[in-house]
Amino acid sequence: MSDQGSFYQRDRNWHPAAFTPQYKTSVLRSPQYPLLSLDNTISEMTGPRFGHNKIGPLDNDLIRNFAKTGDPIGQRIIVYGRVLDENARPVPGALLEFWQANAGGRYRHKKETYLAAIDPNFGGCGRAITDEEGRYWFRTIKPGAYPWPNGVNDWRPAHIHFSVFGHAFAQRLITQMYFEGDPMIWQCPIVSTIPDKAGIEQLIAALDRNATLPMDSLAYKFDIVLRGRRSTMFENRMEGN
Amino acid sequence: MVQKLTTLKESPSQTAGPYIHIGATPNWVEITGVWEEDLGLVLVGPDTKGEQVIIKGRVFDGSGTPLKDALIEIWQADADGLYNSPEEKRGKADPNFVGWGRQPTDGITGEYRFETIKPGRVPYKDGRPMAPHITFWIVARGINIGLHTRLYFSDEEAANAQCPVLARIEHKHRVQTLIAIRGEENGLPTYTFDIHLQGEKETVFFDI
Repeated sequence: MSDQGSFYQRDRNWHPAAFTPQYKTSVLRSPQYPLLSLDNTISEMTGPRFGHNKIGPLDNDLIRNFAKTGDPIGQRIIVYGRVLDENARPVPGALLEFWQANAGGRYRHKKETYLAAIDPNFGGCGRAITDEEGRYWFRTIKPGAYPWPNGVNDWRPAHIHFSVFGHAFAQRLITQMYFEGDPMIWQCPIVSTIPDKAGIEQLIAALDRNATLPMDSLAYKFDIVLRGRRSTMFENRMEGN
Repeated sequence: MVQKLTTLKESPSQTAGPYIHIGATPNWVEITGVWEEDLGLVLVGPDTKGEQVIIKGRVFDGSGTPLKDALIEIWQADADGLYNSPEEKRGKADPNFVGWGRQPTDGITGEYRFETIKPGRVPYKDGRPMAPHITFWIVARGINIGLHTRLYFSDEEAANAQCPVLARIEHKHRVQTLIAIRGEENGLPTYTFDIHLQGEKETVFFDI
């Protein structure tokens, strides 16, 4: 395998800023000094890799992986997509971890106090590793919207959290997936930390009728893009991309 | 008009939120039976080469309050300065050291803790050695995009003084925000590394 160059600079105007007062918790948790720009060293261009042996057969099945007495309540869905880099090339072997509320908008977490009921058959966590073409999929139930203490009446749109490991620690990313057609996306103080409407739209999964399982599950397509790498010049050839 | 570039945009970051533990450390929040062990808890085994150390500290917000809902990941080289990664082209790292760890900050005290080894030196882009360091990545509710920083060691004064990355910090008093202080606990060396998100003691964070 040839050497590859460093990663493209992160577009900080595309990502949320650290300080976003409409999301109140960010006010005291946002660094105020400018970040120190550091062209990647080996420390950032390497990263942990997770083998398929780490993943159990039910890890990508949130309908079954915590079930005690039956299936969880809620709309059955499949979420699938690809992990790509900014050069539009697949990222194989990427570890994805996802977590979400249940159909009523309640998380299974000791600090969660929302009055919606816990579902005894739903844990809300899963994970998957992308295949050679960067593909992943999992099965779950559609999470509910829920209120949260920010403004006196702020609600999160239905969403699934994603944590992604690419091939290098420089690519480490946490984001959230939203659902096509949800009007609450455009009323959310956390969504609106993303400055560009096109950036928000990149996080909205598309309903895919062709990928549904008839009489069983709806399907949503959600692609994730990680940072891409520069080509390097080796003698007189471009390498790496 | 000119031709369009074919590159994609990186997916925008969103906060990890208060419940990241459900996905990252489910057993720690009593979601048991889904997978046996949370990833990243154990870095060191009986055959790992190098000096065993404990890394600990807290993450403070701008009011001086420790975060009790943060998650910290670390990434570091082995005792010889090699990374256990397919992207490491310089040689083969210690197979008994993964180099990656993940811990939540404690729900009551806010303290995090890693049992690891002290890493060897890794070269900078131009070949000069960087001082031994551990990459930190911090996410939490209220942090919109994960924060990268580095831990350096207080007993590596000579190496720190020559480190090309530390040399890039313009305001020299801020270098101290990256230096973990050596101590001892039950015969094991400890390094205390507090992270300040904001305020006079704000940690140096990197755009890598």
